Amino acid sequence: MSSKSKSVLRRVLLVTALGVLAIPFVVPTIWMVAASVKPLPEIFKSPPSLWTSDPTLSAYSEAFSFQPFARQYVNSVYIAVLVTLITLLVSSLAGYAFARIRFPGANALFLVVLVGLLVPSEVTIVPLFQMFKRAGMINTHWPLILVTALAGPCVLATFIMRQFFIALPAELEEAGRLDGLGRPALWWRIFLPLAKPALSAVAILTFLTSWNLYLEPTVYLTSPELFTLPQALTRFTDAYGGDMWNTQLAAATMTVLPVLIVFVVAQRHFVEGLAHSGLK
Amino acid sequence: MAALTKTPTTAPDASRAPTGARSASRPPFWTNRRRDVLAGYLFIAPQLVGVVLFVLIPVGLAIWYSLSDWNVFTGKQTFVGTDNYAALANDPQLPSVLWATAVFCVGVVILNIGLGLLLAVLLNRRFRGATFFRTLFFSPVVVSVVAWTLVWGFLLQDNGGVNGVLDAIGITGPNWLQRGDTAMVSVIITQVIRSVGVNMVLFLAALQGVPSNLYEAARIDGAGSRVIFTRITLPLISPTVLLTSIITIVGALQSFAQIAVLTSGGPELSTTVLVYYVFQQAFEFNDIGYGSTLALMLLSFVMLLTLLQWQLRRKWVFHEQ
Repeated sequence: MSSKSKSVLRRVLLVTALGVLAIPFVVPTIWMVAASVKPLPEIFKSPPSLWTSDPTLSAYSEAFSFQPFARQYVNSVYIAVLVTLITLLVSSLAGYAFARIRFPGANALFLVVLVGLLVPSEVTIVPLFQMFKRAGMINTHWPLILVTALAGPCVLATFIMRQFFIALPAELEEAGRLDGLGRPALWWRIFLPLAKPALSAVAILTFLTSWNLYLEPTVYLTSPELFTLPQALTRFTDAYGGDMWNTQLAAATMTVLPVLIVFVVAQRHFVEGLAHSGLK
Repeated sequence: MAALTKTPTTAPDASRAPTGARSASRPPFWTNRRRDVLAGYLFIAPQLVGVVLFVLIPVGLAIWYSLSDWNVFTGKQTFVGTDNYAALANDPQLPSVLWATAVFCVGVVILNIGLGLLLAVLLNRRFRGATFFRTLFFSPVVVSVVAWTLVWGFLLQDNGGVNGVLDAIGITGPNWLQRGDTAMVSVIITQVIRSVGVNMVLFLAALQGVPSNLYEAARIDGAGSRVIFTRITLPLISPTVLLTSIITIVGALQSFAQIAVLTSGGPELSTTVLVYYVFQQAFEFNDIGYGSTLALMLLSFVMLLTLLQWQLRRKWVFHEQ
């Protein structure tokens, strides 16, 4: 065998191996979409198939009539957007200060902030629940917004921003000073525009964290019209406790597909952004 | 975090007022230096307040709660000293919870690192479709945990897709989620497939950091690809592998949604890991004192692992410099 055909053979083997490995990564999502348009009895038909001759969108309309799903969708979107915006602001300010400004106690305070990276949210949820109960904020969105935007992923974001700003050259401040810029203007006019890659990584990470939150809404929220999507997905059971499979899958599809489409379009940013989360 | 030990490359003290410039008139109070210090505190204030309010105070409260007993019905709190800690030793369920936690974490870490390495090595070659496959393997990371787990819950039913596929090749699959051992396998595998993409990307970055002249030199010396992998690639990326392993265990210790949605900790206690047990004790049985004690146990595991990770990282970063 010539070396050229040998290398072609190896490439075919490699792609085949990757294709087989990819099945459990891709098929569940495809199956979810396919099953959501199947009539209910077909979902557990054997052998399993990704095809139906009789597609229907009834599960989609049922998802909206069974729960206030549109409302829940809006809840998830507005909370994730708000949390992301606050995190971008808070973390870029703190990251800039920790990286570029000398002030007494900076290192000690940075260590205090880093403790936020160390403590998982599952540990603080019990006391946080009691604190928010005392503040009358149970069954509101406040705990989800405040804790996520100021602790948790925001601390990771502050860390990412600091690491980014610390690597920029000192001349930036000197040039800005000559133009008479104060610290707020330096941050806003010079450093933020340079930080677009770090900011987009932070935005993606924070949005996904908030969008996927499950323990927190389960603990804090009790009224269905306040639910977020992950929590709503688990509540599609009829009055007899039976699962409404295709309705649940339709709702899951509506939760997953928009994010997945954005991911495919901007996959490079996602991959780099989430690789940053490996810092944690 | 590698740059933690680096000092800032900046010297933003150019703003300090020249000391010899004191003239007859009183110098203005707001020197550039003072403005800087004020800006520093103001800029970090929101983040600092957030951490104090939503991390430090809650941890302090958790310690306080763990020293008290809460009446479920009246909500009255009484100080009981170390009773809750003594209860840890007498809890008949705790050994199996800790066992399940260990099995879950070890299973996730081994599969996640192994598969992550395999995928990274396969995708590290140049071929058309490498980016396409990277996108495929990474895609579950952006799928909501609950949706992903729900779908796997369907596929793992007795008459679901997984057994359907096994049937087609002549294997009768078990009722995955109804038996202790297979339920554990199920939560491990769904967790690994969802999250291995992140490790794959980290390993790919590490592989690309291996200097190519090392490979060339080895090839000139007549080394085969297996020797090159075990003698050059693996030793050079082993820091990444170790650090990633710790990050993966810490992540596994916090896997709540997967377990809540797929098995609710069952059957019996077979998949009740520590984080799920904390939730049950605190929010289902309303035992806030004991729940907090368990939460602190979880925290001590996470802290030990994270401190180990920071220590190792510092050592390597120092070593590289």
